Amino acid sequence: MSALNPSGWQPSMGDAQGSGSELVTSSGDRGLMFEEPLSFEIGALDKCGVDMDEPGGEPVAALGAFLRKSAPDLPGLTEPETVRHYSRLSRQNYGIDLGPFPLGSCTMKHNPRLNEKLARLPGFADVHPLQPPTTVRGAFEAMDELSKWLIALTGMAAVAMSPKAGAHGELCGLLCIRAAHDHAGEARDVILVPESAHGTNPATAAFAGFKVESIPATASGRVDLAAMKAKLGPHVAGVMITNPNTCGLFEPEMKAISDTVHAVGGYVYCDGANFNAIVGKVRPGDLGIDAMHINLHKTFSTPHGGGGPGSGPVVLSEALCPFAPLPFTVRTGDGEAHLVEESNAAAIGHTLAFGRMTAFHGQMGMFTRALTYILSHGADGLQQVAEDAVLNANYVLRSCDDLLAAPFGSAGPCMHEALFSDSNLPEGFGTLDIAKGLIDEGFHPMTVYFPLVVKGAMLVEPTETESKAGLDRFIASLRHVARRALNGDETLHAAPVLAPRRRLDETLAARKPVLVWQRDPG
Amino acid sequence: MRYLPLTAADRTQMLGVIGAGSVNELFCDVPEALLLDSPIDGLPLHASEMAVERHMRRLAAKNLAAGDAPFFLGAGAYRHHIPATVDHLIQRGEFLTAYTPYQPEIAQGTLQVLFEFQTQVARLFGTDIANASMYDGSTACWEAIAMATRITRRGRALLSSGLHPHYIAVATTMARFTGDAIASNTPDLSSTAGDDELIAGIDENTACVVVQYPDILGRIPDIAAIAAAASSKGALLIAVVTEPVALGLIEAPGNLGADIVVGEGQSLGVGLQFGGPYLGLFGCREKFVRQMPGRLCGQTVDAAGKRGFVLTLSTREQHIRREKATSNICTNSGLCALAFSIHMTLLGGEGLARLARINHARAQATMTRLASVPGVTCLNQAYFNEVTLILPRPGGEVIEELAERGVLGGVALERLYPGVDALKNAILVNATELTGDDDIETLASELAQVLA
Repeated sequence: MSALNPSGWQPSMGDAQGSGSELVTSSGDRGLMFEEPLSFEIGALDKCGVDMDEPGGEPVAALGAFLRKSAPDLPGLTEPETVRHYSRLSRQNYGIDLGPFPLGSCTMKHNPRLNEKLARLPGFADVHPLQPPTTVRGAFEAMDELSKWLIALTGMAAVAMSPKAGAHGELCGLLCIRAAHDHAGEARDVILVPESAHGTNPATAAFAGFKVESIPATASGRVDLAAMKAKLGPHVAGVMITNPNTCGLFEPEMKAISDTVHAVGGYVYCDGANFNAIVGKVRPGDLGIDAMHINLHKTFSTPHGGGGPGSGPVVLSEALCPFAPLPFTVRTGDGEAHLVEESNAAAIGHTLAFGRMTAFHGQMGMFTRALTYILSHGADGLQQVAEDAVLNANYVLRSCDDLLAAPFGSAGPCMHEALFSDSNLPEGFGTLDIAKGLIDEGFHPMTVYFPLVVKGAMLVEPTETESKAGLDRFIASLRHVARRALNGDETLHAAPVLAPRRRLDETLAARKPVLVWQRDPG
Repeated sequence: MRYLPLTAADRTQMLGVIGAGSVNELFCDVPEALLLDSPIDGLPLHASEMAVERHMRRLAAKNLAAGDAPFFLGAGAYRHHIPATVDHLIQRGEFLTAYTPYQPEIAQGTLQVLFEFQTQVARLFGTDIANASMYDGSTACWEAIAMATRITRRGRALLSSGLHPHYIAVATTMARFTGDAIASNTPDLSSTAGDDELIAGIDENTACVVVQYPDILGRIPDIAAIAAAASSKGALLIAVVTEPVALGLIEAPGNLGADIVVGEGQSLGVGLQFGGPYLGLFGCREKFVRQMPGRLCGQTVDAAGKRGFVLTLSTREQHIRREKATSNICTNSGLCALAFSIHMTLLGGEGLARLARINHARAQATMTRLASVPGVTCLNQAYFNEVTLILPRPGGEVIEELAERGVLGGVALERLYPGVDALKNAILVNATELTGDDDIETLASELAQVLA
């Protein structure tokens, strides 16, 4: 029995001679690997996949001069053609359903289908946000129940539910901080951000009207507390810390960081992108944090959908609660959950809200999925989630650190992600080669060249939903590709050669942008 | 636990490889006093699929689904028929469970969809280009204002009174922190959109004029006239479309001179979902491309010369430019963009035009019938599928009483403009292809009884 898989299963390797990989086909398709034209190249203006009644009525009377002269130039497809077009396109995508998706910081975990089923119940999916409150009691109750969980899991005082994604949650947290300082009559215009932060952190601070100053990292990959202290002062509104940080390490001095910032009148924002590592194990409220967004599409398993939607509720400390944006839910003495919005905020005493971040009430479709996931795991299961996520990452770290440089590997265990770098690879080989080599092995690569504080970084986040056998297969491939690089295998520069596309010319794309299809793009 | 594949034996074996005695040793950087060793008190423990389903169904059953009642709500979120194909295709795991396409060689499915989506949005809006989506219409609207202030280097945005009040609230909230000035008013109950008043408000400091088309009261502003006036003062015109189906019947804002067109794409493919996730649409003139927020998908070739697609012009974005980025947006609304794009592909241009004509015809039938109810007057001259009705008493009460009678009769302006007495007696009523003659008859007769 091989250690790789206890069942002893081996992939069927066949005869490399007869693989036919050089065969040129007349269709361009290669067996189950399909080429698919653009819908604009196969559709027609008068094709339609939807049957509709005759319109009736007389449009001119009510529209007059506003009528458009011709139908929009949008080719359509019939239903069978539509199904085939998108099904064939989907085959060119990698997804978590097909294998590990170890993007560090992104937390690509299994997306339970129960979440999808229940979010589609008409009582959740077919409800208008402005229906009379008496007809949407269950929706408010679901929002309130999720709020309760998020507050309990983080040990914070309240949660603002409306932010649409992580970066929008960051914005919400910083605007709360800004509003709190404004209310206190303090003009503080600087936010401190560690060098290792996600790009959204400094971008958000600037978007919220702050100046950004950078805090360096220590040799062990943590926030340099002394350097941070040196930058603190009456002009500093707060700091944005990611914990666990983007090197996959817990900030052991987090409480001291918070206390130091509070002592000079600042607030502590925590980027909660990595909450998956500590959910049920550590409550951010105990670390002195004032605001933290929670990516429901990371820790709480709502699907990423090729780039969203996300959802980024922000938990808040007592000090920042009064400034939370509208709307949110409260449960009143009658036991009912109510929505607090512009019309009733004053009546419940929420008079300092900094405003509104979005139309309507937030990502309800994500709330129902996240709540379903949370109820499935329960308090005990969520704790196991963090433990298994951390265990899996450390297993990857210790299974590969003999071949790949692990910048902080000697300092101790990591949290939910294992960080490697290309510093030990021979001249001419780098992180990009490892990533593209993994594609030929049938895996999605890890996050590459991030965090910026480590040159040639490779950040592997397996998550808790990978089995040991699955991890062993991934590790075997990562080791194989690392060996190819260490042995100076020049063919690695051409990888991937087995994917739907070879390396794409990104310079060309940016130099001569073609962003929409035209009949003759030349 | 059904989502956790590790067995107890696996865990022991893996700890051995790591060289740790227990999982808690891996949490050694967490100060011991802060590490929880038992589940958080007072929270339920894990539950079976059946138990969770029972609980969630109980919550869902407390809501009145739009499909279970005569339904006439709009105001920025519209109920349309979504072909079954859409929801089936977006649930293919290769779309549903993919990440942002950072590795283009194995994400051509998502990328080609985004390229098609951008082309569809640009053609629908009449703009040169469009991006790969924003969170929703309201945040896209603020991003457009921020972009206009960067382009014009002016700090004043003039918002039409017909802009959705939630969109105004988002812009006002953001401007409070960025230092930009927002000029806006609550709308008057006049039959036309108040274009002259808006045009009179444009000055030499105005970065942009923001006009909703059709507006919150269902009226249709004269985009061409406003665009010309804005242009003469060096200001940009931002058109906001909250009901994209309308563009099957009325002219695209980009063709009327709008510089930036943003919108809410929820009408096509996405559904009501109690307000989110929705889909921000963003199109503009090509010359502004480097000031655009959000992801852009572009065409290129691979090393073998095959056509392919990548995320491009990333030097505008947060992960490259950090504090100098055009926006902080990262995750957008990819799956909703896919749903929109599939629905649009199923419709095609002529199908969209027909759908729009049906919507307008249903609205005409609704208005004609409701106008016969004693005490009800219709405000609008021109409209697409939504109008403002003026009632003899407060709209909020009327909507509540209709709901008690099992009719979801519209949106009271009181809900959107709390405390504005002049709007208190008005409601918004929307009709779409889903509005049946029986729904209209039920609303008319119940409304007559409520007002009697």
